[in-house]
Amino acid sequence: MSEHNTNIEYTHRGIPPVLSRVSSALLLIGILVAIISYLTDPVRSAFNNIVLLMLLTSVGVGSLFLIGIEYLAGAVWSTPFRRVFEFLASVVLVIPVIAIPVYLNVHSVYHWSHTDAVAADKILSGKEPYLNETFFLIRLIAYFVVWIVFYFIFTSNSKKQDKTKDQKLTKRNIRFSALFMPLFALTLTFSAIDFLMSLEPHWFSTIFGVYFFAGTVLASLAAGTFLVIMFVQKGYFIKGIIKDHYYSFGALLFAFINFWAYIAFSQYMLIWYANLPEETFWFINKWEGSWMYFSIFLIITHFLVPYFALLSQPSKMNEKRLKFMSIWILFAHIIDLYWLVLPTFNPEGFVFSWNEIGFIILGLGLILTMFNWKARKENIIPIGDPKLKRGLDFRL
Amino acid sequence: MNKKYLYGGVGLFDSPDDIIKAASETSEKGFKKFDVHTPYPVHGMDSAMKLKPSKLAYFSLVFGLTGTFSALALMYWTSSIDYPVIIGGKPFFSFPAYVPIMFELTVLLAAVMTVVTLISIFFKFPNISHPLHDTQYMKAVSSDRYGICIEPDENHTIEEIELFLKSLGAKDITKIYYDDEELKYKNVILQPKFLLFLALIAVIVSGATYFSLNKLMFMQPFNWMREQAKVIPQESSAFFTDGFGMRMPVEGTVARENLPYLFKNQPEEAGKFLINPLEANEENLNLGKKKYDIYCSPCHGYFGEGDSRLRGQFPNPPSIHSEKVRNWSDGRIFHVVTEGQNIMPSYSTQLTNNERWATILYLRVLQRSFNAKESDLR
Ligand code: HEC
Repeated sequence: MSEHNTNIEYTHRGIPPVLSRVSSALLLIGILVAIISYLTDPVRSAFNNIVLLMLLTSVGVGSLFLIGIEYLAGAVWSTPFRRVFEFLASVVLVIPVIAIPVYLNVHSVYHWSHTDAVAADKILSGKEPYLNETFFLIRLIAYFVVWIVFYFIFTSNSKKQDKTKDQKLTKRNIRFSALFMPLFALTLTFSAIDFLMSLEPHWFSTIFGVYFFAGTVLASLAAGTFLVIMFVQKGYFIKGIIKDHYYSFGALLFAFINFWAYIAFSQYMLIWYANLPEETFWFINKWEGSWMYFSIFLIITHFLVPYFALLSQPSKMNEKRLKFMSIWILFAHIIDLYWLVLPTFNPEGFVFSWNEIGFIILGLGLILTMFNWKARKENIIPIGDPKLKRGLDFRL
Repeated sequence: MNKKYLYGGVGLFDSPDDIIKAASETSEKGFKKFDVHTPYPVHGMDSAMKLKPSKLAYFSLVFGLTGTFSALALMYWTSSIDYPVIIGGKPFFSFPAYVPIMFELTVLLAAVMTVVTLISIFFKFPNISHPLHDTQYMKAVSSDRYGICIEPDENHTIEEIELFLKSLGAKDITKIYYDDEELKYKNVILQPKFLLFLALIAVIVSGATYFSLNKLMFMQPFNWMREQAKVIPQESSAFFTDGFGMRMPVEGTVARENLPYLFKNQPEEAGKFLINPLEANEENLNLGKKKYDIYCSPCHGYFGEGDSRLRGQFPNPPSIHSEKVRNWSDGRIFHVVTEGQNIMPSYSTQLTNNERWATILYLRVLQRSFNAKESDLR
């Protein structure tokens, strides 16, 4: 089994034309709507911008995590698909750009950015050493630097291997993955705290970072699964991808659906049980008015439907089912982000119109555009990776 | 001599790739009864053998759901119907509190019962014998080789099987026989006599342990005056005719600081005859403020203006700065706090007599602060 990738047959075919058409359409419409939205309602747009930012973070940084975990665990089944996640990880390059409008509108979305309000508030002035504009900016830059640096390290080593077939590059990436994991945990946790939790600066939940992590892995995995299946179906991938590979995607998605529900419920139950006003108000806000229906909707779309849809073994291998569910899960994650952000904007009830749709379209457009940009010119299979052959021969 | 029956033909291979190839060719060829034996799980075997997904999962599902709903039923019955206790002010039917138990029981029943089902239905426990046991073949496949075993069926005779194995490139092809006795073999461990014997030993050992530790060798290392000639709570006593050590209090006993209230339903009399026994000193006023803030302020507001913090979940009370209340005597207010008034509940169980009087002192302070006299301002 150890012969060295001698009989890998792969020719680079770029991307299916439909994908590039869809992505440019989404991107154009998205940018247009976002600009109009900013001109008409800047505050609402800034809140939507946070949803967009966190969506890109989930997909981009989550993909980096999946790359790192593959190296660290020495996984072989996922090696043929690693490039898909490397391409998706290129989304981290646009995250800083998308963060700029949020930073410029910091006063309209983050209550803690008003120094007078902080001074009048005992709790907020206690948090002031952490929650202030300067430190906020420093932290953002630190996150972006970490993500982008590791993106370039992982992908450039991997790309170099296509030509040199040098096994040492795998070793090097394994070392960097070990370094990346703790940094990933810290940056992801704190970015969740900074962008999402600090929307309600009085509120705190120590499990919040894990909650966002669960959604992050789901979003990146779902995006990758969808693209893999689509590329295989249209013949743009390598031959030899079988049900057993799909099963692994399905099983991981299923596991993280459960993990998300477990964490979300843990967070809810502890707060519900202790019943302390300084914690409960966050959930009460999400139960006020029509937000109640939205919260129930979240439980159904993010847990019940995917749980039963992926419960049985055959359903995890079913190409069609998996393709549909990966899109479903990606949207469920967007709904989750929306549920985390928008109640602060409009506590009375949930609002949904062209502004929200526009930003979601922009998010999908950006992800696809970045992916296409990479996939058009680079191999979508890591043809120099020593684990590739074993990955293709993977059987359950 | 026992009669020998033919079980099937077996052949051995040297590598996992060979056995995968053999398995897929065998299933291709239409053999129905065959099995593969390897020293460790070989990936890809399911599809090579064309195995259908196991039915075991349905058992897991059913038992898992049984766990979910029995936990729900258990929690519902115990905490909402049979023994309702208020915990942390939560409703008797508190679904979030049940979820962890439902989850645990789901996992427990699904996991344990899946194993039990596997052993008892699929492996037909307590039958633990198999024709392949104690064969050269079994020895080989449990150390370093990969074997396939094909049983004859209506379309394939044993000779055909042997030829087929040879064509696959198998080595050490042999026929496997088993005898009567093997079929009927029951492990001694599972004989009822033996099980009864085990149970008997368990009873004897535990009984003997209890007797020797608690009776025979019982010794208290230090008794720290534990044995005394007094009656301790819950102890029985031969002295009293009813046999209880604990007695009911004598008729008319009152708990300390809880003198019975003499002016039930007589607000006017209370106002006339009750006098505040406390002095308005710092200590009493501090006590009054503390109690007022805890017990009265949720409805009456911190300053008694009737600005409740209960967000409309309880009707707002009138202000205590009204002409009427200001002219009331302390005793009259004491009556309200003790007995309650219309929808305001009684506070006699939360506040002792003295605490009530202290609260009233503080209430007077509040009133005075809203209607300060000229002299107070100086
Ligand atoms: C659960 C809410 C609640 C709490 C707690 C409460 N009260 Fe009241 N109180 C009321 C309401 C409502 C009324 C008006 C009752 C009525 O309709 O006559 C009232 C009436 C009164 C009155 C008579 C006012 C009047 O104009 O008739 C006095 C005096 C009073 N409360 C004192 C107290 C004191 C002292 C405490 C603390 C020990 C207290 N209350 C705690 C709800 C409350």
